[in-house]
Amino acid sequence: MSGAAIPHEGGVPHNDDGVPDPGEMGGIPRQAAPPAPRPPLSHALRDAGIAALVAAGLFVPLVGLRTDVASSGGGLIIRTRWADVAILVALVFGGRLLLNLWETLRPERRPRSARNTALLLRVGTWVAPALLIFALTFPALPGTTRYGLDLGILVLTYVMLGWGLNIVVGLAGLLDLGYVAFYAVGAYSYALLSTGFGWSFWVCLPLAGILAAFWGVLLGFPVLRLRGDYLAIVTLAFGEIIRIVLINWVSLTGGPNGVSGIPRPSFFGLSFSAGGGPGSFSDFFGLEPSPTHRVVFLYYLILALALLTNWVTLRLRRQPLGRAWEALREDEIACRALGINVTNTKLTAFAIGAMFGGFAGAFFATRQAFISPESFTFIESAIILAIVVLGGLGSQLGVALAALVMIGGFEAFRDLEEWRMLVFGGAMVVIMVWRPRGLVSTRTPSISLGKRKAISGDLVGEGHG
Amino acid sequence: MSTPILPARNAPILQVQELVMRFGGLTAVDHVSFEAAAGDITAVIGPNGAGKTTVFNLITGFYTPSAGEILLHGRDGRRALHTTPGHRIAQAGVARTFQNIRLFPGMTVLENLLVAQHNRLQAATGFGIAAVLGLGRYRAAEREAVERAKHWLEATRLMDRADDAAGSLPYGAQRRLEIARAMCTDPVLLCLDEPAAGLNPREAEELAQLIRLIRDSGCSILLIEHDMGVVMRISDHIVVLDHGKKIADGTPAQIRADEKVIAAYLGEGDEDETPAPMEGAA
Repeated sequence: MSGAAIPHEGGVPHNDDGVPDPGEMGGIPRQAAPPAPRPPLSHALRDAGIAALVAAGLFVPLVGLRTDVASSGGGLIIRTRWADVAILVALVFGGRLLLNLWETLRPERRPRSARNTALLLRVGTWVAPALLIFALTFPALPGTTRYGLDLGILVLTYVMLGWGLNIVVGLAGLLDLGYVAFYAVGAYSYALLSTGFGWSFWVCLPLAGILAAFWGVLLGFPVLRLRGDYLAIVTLAFGEIIRIVLINWVSLTGGPNGVSGIPRPSFFGLSFSAGGGPGSFSDFFGLEPSPTHRVVFLYYLILALALLTNWVTLRLRRQPLGRAWEALREDEIACRALGINVTNTKLTAFAIGAMFGGFAGAFFATRQAFISPESFTFIESAIILAIVVLGGLGSQLGVALAALVMIGGFEAFRDLEEWRMLVFGGAMVVIMVWRPRGLVSTRTPSISLGKRKAISGDLVGEGHG
Repeated sequence: MSTPILPARNAPILQVQELVMRFGGLTAVDHVSFEAAAGDITAVIGPNGAGKTTVFNLITGFYTPSAGEILLHGRDGRRALHTTPGHRIAQAGVARTFQNIRLFPGMTVLENLLVAQHNRLQAATGFGIAAVLGLGRYRAAEREAVERAKHWLEATRLMDRADDAAGSLPYGAQRRLEIARAMCTDPVLLCLDEPAAGLNPREAEELAQLIRLIRDSGCSILLIEHDMGVVMRISDHIVVLDHGKKIADGTPAQIRADEKVIAAYLGEGDEDETPAPMEGAA
């Protein structure tokens, strides 16, 4: 399957994120200065004054007043720290003023930004093939550690989940806050089928996908008439229901203890046992037994699964079904007037998205060899959704980049300990300010008579449920 | 049902019988009956709030009528639209446009026209699986769909904008595209809800020509319009609604002379009995 997927990924010109015509790119949202002449110094001063006022309002109660235990008597006394407040407010005033002055004094940047955009787009063509080649050769690269491989597997798992959710949220425009439920269904399907019946990974993988798709349809039916916020709430509830059932159905799922001893996948019947006995992978190929073999195998397994997801999505986008999904995102009423069965179209989006979530879940279970409901909390759904939104709704390359930035970045900042969340949150805010429609905000048409022109993200619907 | 042939010209293609639509205590459509003949342009006119768009929404399945019948004499005989689910009505051969344009703005003009042919294309994909694998009749079906799209792009003079996003087109072109998209569903009856709204006189004249062209290609037309110039010029038959009731029904000449219509809608013109230009007046 990966063989079929590779040329596709490689030949990106009409992939989701191909090179758009630079002339078409006027619509890229930017924090550009207003066309009117820049405001004079007085405006900058006034703006800085307002910022200082806001800062004063914040810092007076937060910093200026402090209760301390009195040294005599043990009562509480209020200590004031007006000097600190003054310093902070002055800092805000000065910083804001400098920012304003810089905005005013720096050279006009419009042309440069247009050139930058064109450059970015040209670079964009090469990003996808480069990423793919990097992903394929990563385990063989010198300097790749065991830790690096594990991180690679983690990132690819989220890339796959992001691509799966991208079908539901990005293409069909249905806001799903409970995607982790399908991940959980896939994981528990594999865990229970393999530990209960001793079925192999390769038999259970499609079953996990089918079961997850089944649950996707089951969730789809009641929520199809809901839109927007209401749909989000119900999918959120669904995610929690699945998790709580997993915790409480102790006789089947082991409850909070989870399922352990989940069998590892084999390579065409060759196991990856550490001892390297007869019938093992290392024995068959005459290699030194090494635990790295399994990690490398798992790495390529998730890469193949992720590329399968990508390939199917890219193909479907150019089929009537994929076009109907996107049309649904753009205008549901118009779809109905054109004779599209809105219910079935939404159900297929839910089912196919859920199926890939189920595949990823089965992979997660076999990789960890242990699963418990703790792995399937709401925060997982939120992270996957954040990947899709940061990447740019509907964009395959954007989702892959966002997964790399989010999961990889999260790991990279591990040394910062408790500041990690702050840095992470700040990075997300910066991305959303810099590119409000995600890293890759343009849409590439699925068919064209002449040259494909990218469509500015401003025109593309965001989905309303 | 009955014989699978299209009705001959002047046989009714659409019969609306004693149609009633109530929203709570409000009766928006009150026992309205009329017929639209095959091959005709039938206009529905009336002041704002008369229930015209509600009638359209009932015919195209966006509302279910409180009482009454809507019968379509389409390709496969008589069909009761009031019991047909929304998306099947389009499949039965009724296409519509919307008063406030509803395109897929982030998709190209061509994609808009292909989405309109979704059902025919989807049937050729073999549940999508054959199409994902690139097998089967799908390629041929898609080529055919593109040809049909090109035909309507020519007819609506949008050929050079085919690869542009629908949302980036100027207003008049969006109106034409919506009609082209509706025609790509291959309808027997096209329902146009105020297609000339917001068009300048030249564009309105081009629109009238386009509507005539569609009529001459064999598709019957049901038209809501406030631009009396357009209505009087192209309609074969006019139905006038006021406060949910039908107050008149006849040829343009009859309607122009009808006292009830003049009182309710057209207004007391000058002595010469020609209706004043009515855009937006009602």
